[in-house]
Amino acid sequence: MLFTKPSRRDLLKGTGILIVSFSMSSLFKTAFSQSGTPAKTVALDEVDAFLAIDPRGGVTLYSGKVDLGTGIGTALTQIVAEELDVPLARVQVVEGDTALTPAQGKTWGSLSIQNGGVQIRQAAATARRALLQEAAKRLGTPAEDLIVEQGTVRSRSDGKQVTYGELIGGKTFSLKLDKQAPLKDPAKYKIVGQSVPRFDIPGKMTGQFTYMQDFKVPGMLHGRVVRPAAIGATLLSVDESSARDVPGLVKVVRQGNFLGVVAESEWSAILAAQKLKANWSNWEGLPEQSALWEYVRATKANKDDVTSNVGNAEQALEQAPKRLSATYNFAIHTHGSMGPSCAIAEIKDGKLTCWSSSQATHDLRQQLAAMLSMPDTDVRAIYVEGSGCYGRNGHEDAAADAVLLARAVGRPVRVQWMREDEHGWDPKGPPTLMDLQAGLDANGNVIAWYSQLYTPEGAIGNVKLVAAELAGLPHEAGMVPGNVIQNTAIPYAFPNVRTVAHRLAATPLRPSWIRAPGRMQNTFCNESFIDELAAAIGADPLEFRLRYLNDPRGVELLKRLARFAQWQGRTLPKRESGDVATGRGLSYVKYELARTYVGAIADVEVNRKSGEIRVRHFAIVQDCGQIINPDGVKNQIEGNVTQTVSRVLKEEVTFDRSRVTSLNWASYPILTFPEIPDIDIELIDRPTEKPWGVGEPSAAVVPSAISNAVFDAVGVRLRSVPFTPPKVRAAMQTA
Amino acid sequence: MPTTIALHVNGRAILVKVDDPDMPLLYVLRDNLGLHGPRFGCGLGQCGCCTVHLSGRPVRSCVTPLSAVGKKKIVTLEGLGTPDKLHPVQKAFVEEQAAQCGYCINGMIMEAAAFLASNKSPSDAQIKQALAHNLCRCGTHQRILLAVKRAATAV
Repeated sequence: MLFTKPSRRDLLKGTGILIVSFSMSSLFKTAFSQSGTPAKTVALDEVDAFLAIDPRGGVTLYSGKVDLGTGIGTALTQIVAEELDVPLARVQVVEGDTALTPAQGKTWGSLSIQNGGVQIRQAAATARRALLQEAAKRLGTPAEDLIVEQGTVRSRSDGKQVTYGELIGGKTFSLKLDKQAPLKDPAKYKIVGQSVPRFDIPGKMTGQFTYMQDFKVPGMLHGRVVRPAAIGATLLSVDESSARDVPGLVKVVRQGNFLGVVAESEWSAILAAQKLKANWSNWEGLPEQSALWEYVRATKANKDDVTSNVGNAEQALEQAPKRLSATYNFAIHTHGSMGPSCAIAEIKDGKLTCWSSSQATHDLRQQLAAMLSMPDTDVRAIYVEGSGCYGRNGHEDAAADAVLLARAVGRPVRVQWMREDEHGWDPKGPPTLMDLQAGLDANGNVIAWYSQLYTPEGAIGNVKLVAAELAGLPHEAGMVPGNVIQNTAIPYAFPNVRTVAHRLAATPLRPSWIRAPGRMQNTFCNESFIDELAAAIGADPLEFRLRYLNDPRGVELLKRLARFAQWQGRTLPKRESGDVATGRGLSYVKYELARTYVGAIADVEVNRKSGEIRVRHFAIVQDCGQIINPDGVKNQIEGNVTQTVSRVLKEEVTFDRSRVTSLNWASYPILTFPEIPDIDIELIDRPTEKPWGVGEPSAAVVPSAISNAVFDAVGVRLRSVPFTPPKVRAAMQTA
Repeated sequence: MPTTIALHVNGRAILVKVDDPDMPLLYVLRDNLGLHGPRFGCGLGQCGCCTVHLSGRPVRSCVTPLSAVGKKKIVTLEGLGTPDKLHPVQKAFVEEQAAQCGYCINGMIMEAAAFLASNKSPSDAQIKQALAHNLCRCGTHQRILLAVKRAATAV
């Protein structure tokens, strides 16, 4: 293995290290107090919050951003090793521990490198400058004469040298992070920009890796939750005798509508949860799924967010000689993590420790503290990597479940959700509806664009915890779907544009963010409707976009995409005859109109008889500025494309009036191996630009690229995700 | 009443004490033996995360009752190869960096290793068919396919 990641336990032990050496002449302070209290700072403006160097020169990176299986642990390590000039193998990373890592914000929104990595890079640059100053003093050489190689500072003139370990080993920097500290010239990068192999992968291939689902603590019991039979049902009674014969059952835990079991072994907990008889009230508060879009349209909007307003779109529409309109919608999706959410909680001496795969341990800490009405300072939330989550899935909820069960039995409790808990109770990507209108003048120029999005209100914040709500304990009010109005505004320079989001007071299921939240839905609507406009005037979809795009990076990207995918201009759909028709569709996004650019061309086959769509190929060109790890970026793009093809062709959460009914992979099917597309990727590297996020943007272009390709193939528009065979057949019948 | 069951896991004969002989094999492997390779994904035999080899054949340990194991030899991801001595399939997966979160990878490797043992030079379509019942949510399929192809030349 290239380098190893120490176990969590080693790291925890490391925090209590007692260091007695002290040098008055050093810039650096002795690490931690001599009483042995771990006094590590997590303040965002302190270098020590991010970095520590031990006497042997080993560097520890403390990252508030966590690796959700995306490889950012390795990428962040590359940034640190590069900026400090130390070998990669000497850098270890601690992620998402409220006692040790700075609160760098949730691991979401494709911001781990863009924000988190940039903060970390600045901390490393500040540290490097201080280390050079200290070395200059020690060696009696001007700092300009010093070079750093492999963590050793050497004088160019006389060859004298000192290692980072000797300079600071075990002491703290005690330095404010300096935003002006000079950064290394990207032209000199040796590690950033390289496809360094991920440090977690060998362990994951051999069973040596410890996922949250594998993590154990001494004395731990096993818990399972028993969720209400209907989402809003009240627990009327529990027949504890129904589970009494399960060996090893420790306790049936009931608090309000929160119900769970704790047992000595995992299997006993599962059996007890299955056997436990509970009597729930009826509740039928969900709308009829068959009338979902009518329900969404009829839901009261608490406010309107106007996301762009140029000229007077409504007036221009009225006066336009030619008008087009269309309505698009996008189904409710679940995160569908392969491993159901899992967490362990322990309450000891009035202090709570919670291990989970939360993408936001600092926020989870506050939520758990609020739930138990205890001070934040008595809660420590520690990240342990789990199954991929693609947003806010059930990890935090499992943590809250574990906390309530642990509190009830006075011992540490591990909770893993069962499959139906994950599919049924993780928060969902909410249903999204958009009405679009456009006006064209007599020459086919677009003179007006007006869109209205119907999406739940709420934005940044924490999704309420299921356990807290069921148990009647303090929790957040309101909905938190993520920043779902992003990319309602469009990248095209039409003279009159108005984009409005009607923020709805309710949505059927607890919402949260799933990969490219809102950006995916909105880009689906916008880029499909753009394709409709191009077709309406008989323009090539690529040329049409370029006509209205005045962003040089966007223009370059689209031209490279055309070349890369050998786009043949076309002004009409192919509408191939025969049972199986093939088509190509194009899509483009500038993520949030502010960062990563992605262009996509999809090749599809549509079976006219069965209505089945096969996505054969995706070509992606992406410009995310500076690239830290090209293979890591490609891995993210491949994942985005494949996962989103799955979402677009197959996925839809189903529910009756009481509860979610798509509770496993049979009722919520996802893409299987025989159905996967081939993917080719071209990355535009811009080493001197800011590094932008890659975790989501390439997902946003997938639905519209497929929809546009289907139009090319058979001449019909698919405006409702998922594009299931019945919908395709229906669209072809009405065409 | 606890029952003692004899198992053969990764080359070792072991005895486990269980309350329920119908408990799925997965829980013995994970909870009694502390193995991390086989993982709980669905408990329904739908996703493949829990796959182990029973007498060389891939089975879903989440729906395999202990009582059905008998004398069959069990091999888990840990028994297939170790970091120092990777099985060719594991090696190929590392070389192709064929993982994102990696939670499904146990099943992918175990399924592919059993498949390649009897199919020395499979086509892409055959590999995809062999893995058709192993789900991956991260969308790592393309890399997994490349890894299995790479392994096919090495097995």
